[in-house]
Amino acid sequence: MRIELNGEKIRNNFVAKISEISGQNLLACYQCGKCSAGCPLVSEMDILPNQVIRFAQLGLIEELLSCKSIWICASCLTCNTRCPRGVNIAEVMEAIRLILLRKNIDNLKIIELNEKRRVELPQIALVSSFRKKTA
Amino acid sequence: MKISYYPGCTLKVNAKNFEDSTIASLKELDVELEELPRWNCCGTVYSLSTDDLIHHVAPIRNLLRVKEQNNNKVVTLCAMCFNTLKRANLKVREEPDSLEKINNLMYLEKLKYEGDVEVLHLIEVLRNEVGFSTLRQKITRPLRNLKVASYYGCLLVRPREIGIDDPENPTIMEELVKNLGGDPIDFPYKTECCGAYQTVDHPEIVISRTYSIISSAQVNGAEVIMVSCPLCAFNLDHRQKETKQKYLEFRPMPILYFTQLLAIALNCPENVLKFDLHYVDPKPILKEKGLI
Ligand code: SF4
Ligand code: SF4
Repeated sequence: MRIELNGEKIRNNFVAKISEISGQNLLACYQCGKCSAGCPLVSEMDILPNQVIRFAQLGLIEELLSCKSIWICASCLTCNTRCPRGVNIAEVMEAIRLILLRKNIDNLKIIELNEKRRVELPQIALVSSFRKKTA
Repeated sequence: MKISYYPGCTLKVNAKNFEDSTIASLKELDVELEELPRWNCCGTVYSLSTDDLIHHVAPIRNLLRVKEQNNNKVVTLCAMCFNTLKRANLKVREEPDSLEKINNLMYLEKLKYEGDVEVLHLIEVLRNEVGFSTLRQKITRPLRNLKVASYYGCLLVRPREIGIDDPENPTIMEELVKNLGGDPIDFPYKTECCGAYQTVDHPEIVISRTYSIISSAQVNGAEVIMVSCPLCAFNLDHRQKETKQKYLEFRPMPILYFTQLLAIALNCPENVLKFDLHYVDPKPILKEKGLI
């Protein structure tokens, strides 16, 4: 993947917005990779959890807003528990999701779930996925 | 002992086996559950953003109902409800401003919430209020020779501040199994996420998680897996159907709520176990061990 860095991106208020919504100091991360090493869903992700933090530090807006990883993350909090720098990665994932959801851009199309699936799933599965993936 | 009880939505439908086995077991242990009047859905997931107070209103409103019952403790069984209620409670205890705003949002309520309700998970009640040693004395049908792997998943143990035990190597469920007379089996996947709500639109992720988690328990000698979350139960049990189709060498394994094993050990009537709600039938292994 070719990535272009520049000062403008880094100073963009997108970085500040992610920090504010997530309550995290993104610059605390020193890229050790421990979050990605323990993430149970990492094999399904296109950008690793430590890269999500790195991209956020660098203001790579498009890459983050279009990545799969933020929707694959299941908020299991394994990364948060292990980060030696006290960064809550799951909160950063949530902040990026919210930036999209607050523009009414849903990731899950409820209408497309077939009826059989809706009936067999437990209530907590439906409510939690709607909470995480729809506006 | 009387204690407020928050069931949550799933226990009334898909996880009736979880609720019925709990009520029957607690009767044997002289604990009376007082179900909250007018409880509402807790929201199932704790909001992880700093600016989303509205999503904390639902859990806090439930805690207000505990006050209305003149109680100061509430017990819940579902790991998701437990996590959401306990984290929201911790948040308003630490942030008086947020508490005030949430109280303002609930201006039609007669009482104000003051952060003074304690949220407990049933396993904690069994250990701390009933006491594992008292429990052991009341067991009439020990789970002799049953090899039980305890699956904690995420929400009982993370984050650390609200977990019922160590987030990386919890042992409270294994202790429970030991006190029920069973053989606890340790396995490395006990706190590894099952994929949770990805089961809705990415079942394939859950299928591969289910395969890894159950195979690991099997390799370590488990005969059944014990859980405390209806979503883990659905993913680990019902998704075995597709797991078997995808991984031909996969061998099915029954998934049981800890309260079902508790009910068996306390000799509760079999109809409270509601095995018809399971995909993998636990009866053969339980019969083999002389437990039903
Ligand atoms: S574990 Fe923490 S410090 Fe290490 S890469 Fe992940 S976020 Fe950065
Ligand atoms: S919270 Fe998300 S990123 Fe962190 S370990 Fe779990 S699935 Fe991976």
